[in-house]
Amino acid sequence: MSLNVEHDAARRALPSEKPLRLLDNAGHAVTGAATGGFSLPGTETLLDLYRKMVVARRFDVQVTALTKQGRLATYPSAYGQEACEIGAVSAITADDWLFPTYRESVALLTRGIDPGDILKSFRGDWHSGYDQRAHRTSPQTTPLATQALHAVGLAHAARLRHDPIVALTFMGDGATSEGDAHEAFNFAAVWQTPTVFIVQNNQFAISVPLARQTHAATLADKAVGYGMPGFHVDGNDVAAMYAVTHAAVDRARSGGGPTLIEGLTYRVEAHTNSDDPTRYRHARDVEHWKRRDPIERLEKYLVSEGALTEATRSEITDAAEALAAHTREVITTEAELDPLELFDHVYANPRAALLEQRARLEAELAEAAAEPR
Amino acid sequence: MTATKTRSGGGAASAPTQLTMAGALNAALRDAMAEDDRVVVYGEDVGPLGGVFRVTDGLQHQFGDERIWDSPLAESGIVGTAIGMAIYGMRPVVEMQFDAFSYPAFEQIVSHVAKMRNRTKGRVSLPLVVRIPCAGDIGGVEHHSDSSESYWASTPGLTVVMPSNPADAYSMLREAIASDDPVIFMEPKSRYWAKAPLALPVTTAPMHRALVVREGSDVTLIGYGPTVRTALEAADAAVDEGLSIEVVDLRSLSPFDDETVSASVRKTSRAAVIHEAAQFGGFGAEVAARVTERNFFHLAAPVLRITGFDIPYPSPKLEEYHLPTADRVLAALASWEWDLS
Ligand SMILES: Cc1ncc(C[n+]2csc(CCOP(=O)(O)OP(=O)(O)O)c2C)c(N)n1
Ligand SMILES: [Mg+2]
Repeated sequence: MSLNVEHDAARRALPSEKPLRLLDNAGHAVTGAATGGFSLPGTETLLDLYRKMVVARRFDVQVTALTKQGRLATYPSAYGQEACEIGAVSAITADDWLFPTYRESVALLTRGIDPGDILKSFRGDWHSGYDQRAHRTSPQTTPLATQALHAVGLAHAARLRHDPIVALTFMGDGATSEGDAHEAFNFAAVWQTPTVFIVQNNQFAISVPLARQTHAATLADKAVGYGMPGFHVDGNDVAAMYAVTHAAVDRARSGGGPTLIEGLTYRVEAHTNSDDPTRYRHARDVEHWKRRDPIERLEKYLVSEGALTEATRSEITDAAEALAAHTREVITTEAELDPLELFDHVYANPRAALLEQRARLEAELAEAAAEPR
Repeated sequence: MTATKTRSGGGAASAPTQLTMAGALNAALRDAMAEDDRVVVYGEDVGPLGGVFRVTDGLQHQFGDERIWDSPLAESGIVGTAIGMAIYGMRPVVEMQFDAFSYPAFEQIVSHVAKMRNRTKGRVSLPLVVRIPCAGDIGGVEHHSDSSESYWASTPGLTVVMPSNPADAYSMLREAIASDDPVIFMEPKSRYWAKAPLALPVTTAPMHRALVVREGSDVTLIGYGPTVRTALEAADAAVDEGLSIEVVDLRSLSPFDDETVSASVRKTSRAAVIHEAAQFGGFGAEVAARVTERNFFHLAAPVLRITGFDIPYPSPKLEEYHLPTADRVLAALASWEWDLS
């Protein structure tokens, strides 16, 4: 579907309450109204998405294990949300900008950021560990919904400069209750910025279920009030997430303005390692959603199409294992941290008072180093 | 006062004319926008209206609405989008309509404007300016007269400045816009209409420097923004009492010019700081602590704070009782035991 043609209808119509879907849970291609007029991406694209998801899952499981071993200070897992993150992020180019939250580590991995650099912040080395400019990816943001405004501002700047750049940003279902979510949606729509908002509705904000965040039928409904198109998408269907995001990115790039895409998914793991989900949800709910696993769904489809050979499968497994080994290695290698660097990036213009404090810490360190052990 | 000179690299200086601080700020924005097309200006009512204080008067007419425009009415949105624009290489100058209305942007300013550069190890600087009309003494109803400077000044990563006169207003705003660090640019509302003869463009001292704006030998009065005038009035009045007051205009709260302040205090051996904001946890506490830490053995008396009371800002008919006045300054100085021999 071309979002341009449908734009006027889309911005006035409420999204379907039934999630838009291209592959059902049994791995069958969906036909009819549920597709929202979008078509299934080609096998090549689907295979690529499959590969990325398998690798990302392996990464996520590995990092959760390392966190349990005490190697990381915290890790918000994306287990079960791979389709939502990878489908969306695969629809932008290396020239576009990404504004992620703490939840989107697998999206960053898909964007080509090294696991060691992604995990520096979760290990506690520095607040953000990758090259934000090289990857055109802002730091993983913690204050909820604040990054959405950065995405809108950057997109607006690009538009003023006539650069065909799109800014894609993620936020959670809980974050949609924040004032900054509202302000971001509104600024984007009023300014018609090339911004794509992905709302990852994993149905929980730590312990608080979606019903306590909104009385709207879907989070995508909110788009209508801002005068932008909104899509309520099956977030465990990577084909649908990719196709809808791709269309929204195209539309944004060609001057058609912002889009809000809600991916309905489920947070299979705890909020972070320090959370105890048994206090607020039933194991049977988790089991229910595990049976809707996004990777298995695509795998069934690819197998039924004869597109996933044993050779490809084992090659992907090998790649995933290699990445896991690399992740273990970079995490278990102690980082060399320089405490004096604490002072070096606060201001572009050096400050006397800070240089004094730096010298004081330097002297302390020198003294400590000189002390006999 | 340190002599002002024509801004290097600018066009020929105009002949001096009477200019208000609002006019000087307007000229600074105009010149910055003309010089650098990365400079964009937005906020509430800054377009056709020219801002509620007319600081952006005529700019949209001159530069068009892709350089200066009215944004939706949401302060977090204004600052949050400015962050994104700055990441992309623009130099946004955004306006908060009144200081109390900057509070919706508090999270964006404190959690991101202040921290982005550090978080990214210097890869992502945010060269943006948040202009905040500040302080009272304009008969404003509630929420129109706050002094929020200490919130910003106590946040590492921010540069916080406040000019007290038209020449500094022009020069410091130009410097703030050119800075690679984000600047909270506070404009004392009660001084917007104060006039001074000025030839533009003008470059005064670098904005991180405090200035001795009146020399004296017995006391150092430290003020910023609106209280520089209060300090000068007190200095005038004190002459009759045989007291010689030196006045320091801080200009920048963060960074703090310890050198200039300490040099003055060591000369006079007595210091008092004046601000409109409440005393408790106010910026004066920082000034008093710094002055004392560095100059304790040169001080003949404790450092005094002459400030607003520790109350919410009063309604217009009662604000005169709250604001520090020259009389109150002199009364406070009289509380010291003087031995000028
Ligand atoms: C402004 C703000 N308030 C509170 C928090 C603490 N907090 C961190 S994550 C979280 C839940 C967010 O839920 P959601 O937006 O659904 O994202 P998810 O974690 O499920 O991906 C909360 C309350 C925060 N980071 N920022
Ligand atoms: Mg959630």
